[in-house]
Amino acid sequence: MSAITRPGLAPTQGAPAPAPMTPAPTTVAGRVTLARVVRAEWTKLRALRSTRWCTLVAVVLIVGVGALVAGSGAVYHVSPGNSAAAGISGALLGVLIAQLVLGVVAVLAFSGEYGTGMIRATLAAVPARLPVLWAKLIVLAGLVLPVSMVCAFVDFFAATAIESSRGGSAISLTDPGVLRTVAGSSLYLTVVVIIALALGALLRKTAAGLSVFAAVFFVIPIVVGTLPHSITGWTPYLPSNAGGALWGQSATSAQALSPWTGFAVLCGYAVVLTALAAWQLRRRDA
Amino acid sequence: MIEIDGLTKRYGDKTAVDGLSFVVEPGVVTGFLGPNGAGKSTTMRMIAGLDRPDSGTVRVNGKHYPHAPAPMAELGILLDARSVHPGLSARNNLLALARTAGIGRRRVDEVIELAGLAEVAGTRAGGFSLGMGQRLGVAAALLGQPQTVVLDEPVNGLDPDGVRWIRLLLKSLAAEGRTVLVSSHLMSEMAQTATQLVVLGRGKLITEASVEDFTAHATGTGVLVRTPEPVRLGQLLAAPGITVMNDGTDLLRVSGTTAEQIGAAAWRAHLPLYELTPTHASLEEAFMQVTKDSTEYHAGATR
Repeated sequence: MSAITRPGLAPTQGAPAPAPMTPAPTTVAGRVTLARVVRAEWTKLRALRSTRWCTLVAVVLIVGVGALVAGSGAVYHVSPGNSAAAGISGALLGVLIAQLVLGVVAVLAFSGEYGTGMIRATLAAVPARLPVLWAKLIVLAGLVLPVSMVCAFVDFFAATAIESSRGGSAISLTDPGVLRTVAGSSLYLTVVVIIALALGALLRKTAAGLSVFAAVFFVIPIVVGTLPHSITGWTPYLPSNAGGALWGQSATSAQALSPWTGFAVLCGYAVVLTALAAWQLRRRDA
Repeated sequence: MIEIDGLTKRYGDKTAVDGLSFVVEPGVVTGFLGPNGAGKSTTMRMIAGLDRPDSGTVRVNGKHYPHAPAPMAELGILLDARSVHPGLSARNNLLALARTAGIGRRRVDEVIELAGLAEVAGTRAGGFSLGMGQRLGVAAALLGQPQTVVLDEPVNGLDPDGVRWIRLLLKSLAAEGRTVLVSSHLMSEMAQTATQLVVLGRGKLITEASVEDFTAHATGTGVLVRTPEPVRLGQLLAAPGITVMNDGTDLLRVSGTTAEQIGAAAWRAHLPLYELTPTHASLEEAFMQVTKDSTEYHAGATR
């Protein structure tokens, strides 16, 4: 007897089974592993238009703003009051705008799935749920960290080349704090994106996730800047200021945390929010 | 196999599913019926582990689904609400799900072909019609060749060709020994596809029966008898378990016995019969009778 192919299912082999009590239908599905969920999440992230556009805009912003800062205005001279690191930090201003654009991608990673209903298919396929969060985190960090790191260094070399051609101080990566500032801007951006991912997972709605994200990283730092000094003792601990300390972008530079302490505080926010997102993902109905 | 035991789910103070217990056996198509708001979709969501029951258990192929090591081999599900990303193509929607279980592109292309989506596989799912979306959802449910397939309203929005496709597909899945649970409001379609039924009303189990038994017990199943002596024949047939209804004309509606027995009884009593017709309630009639007290939303009476 020849094999019969039923639509969409594996060919049945040979003679029909003798009235099976416990039929064991064929399957092609294997075990769920974190590596597989990472591949699945990468498939989604890569294929979405919003990811491509936002990444492109972020790249243009980081490099473009740096070149613009270096090529316009007063030429930067390193002096006791103007450190080399501070000069480079100014050339990396584009990172502050890029964080909003990449924050959108990160918030959407979850809120986009809740909004469209795809989350139900995702969680039905991965009912253990937590691998989905870890995979999204790995995929986003795996996209943002290398891309922003390359951009930060391209920005550094472009900006310093432009500056020195205009007669400014030649700044090198070996000057105090410069390497930390360049690499730190990329580390900062990566952790900020993880915070945005966790906000999207916690709030589930794109509008809510983006509002909270923008409030924390754009609105609150500005509002706090207008408050009297007596009540702003906690402002160095704001995520934006704490993280900014790593690469010279703390709005409260006078009382800023030390670079790595500040970065640790930023990572602390990311860990707490991600843990909350994980707890909620496990507990709440999808 | 799906085993549901004492399942209860509340949303706020509304009990969507209330102490529900039933078993869906492999090898046959089981229809899942109930009026709107009866709790079918909620039950299906709990089968897939998307909603957490307040009490009770669900076992899919003998396992607690959220702990299944290879979930897509156990269960494929189509939910009533759309669960695809409109920004992704049909192929990428399927590929993203397939990746989680290590399923390759060949199987993805296979289900695309099977669902009749080959021509639109590369276009974004956001532009799909309801029917196309349904086909994509069914394709997703079949991806892993799961042992158990649960489909909520699969024929919703499908063209006649698609309806036929679903009917044949469900039967072939059952013939392979898979467990198939399918809900639909199209009773005629269900009567053609399902052999077993689980009927819900207001979150509770109304009945669990074969389609045959379900319709046999409905009024409308019986024998239509026309005779010039309706009163005498009615008295003759009267017995426990047999109901005879007469509206004053020469017509009798008899249930609880067969046309053969009525014919023989009439012949012995020398009563003439002009008509002797066995009638069968449709699945729809049976369903309406059984669920009329548990319908959540009645259509308003026309004035």
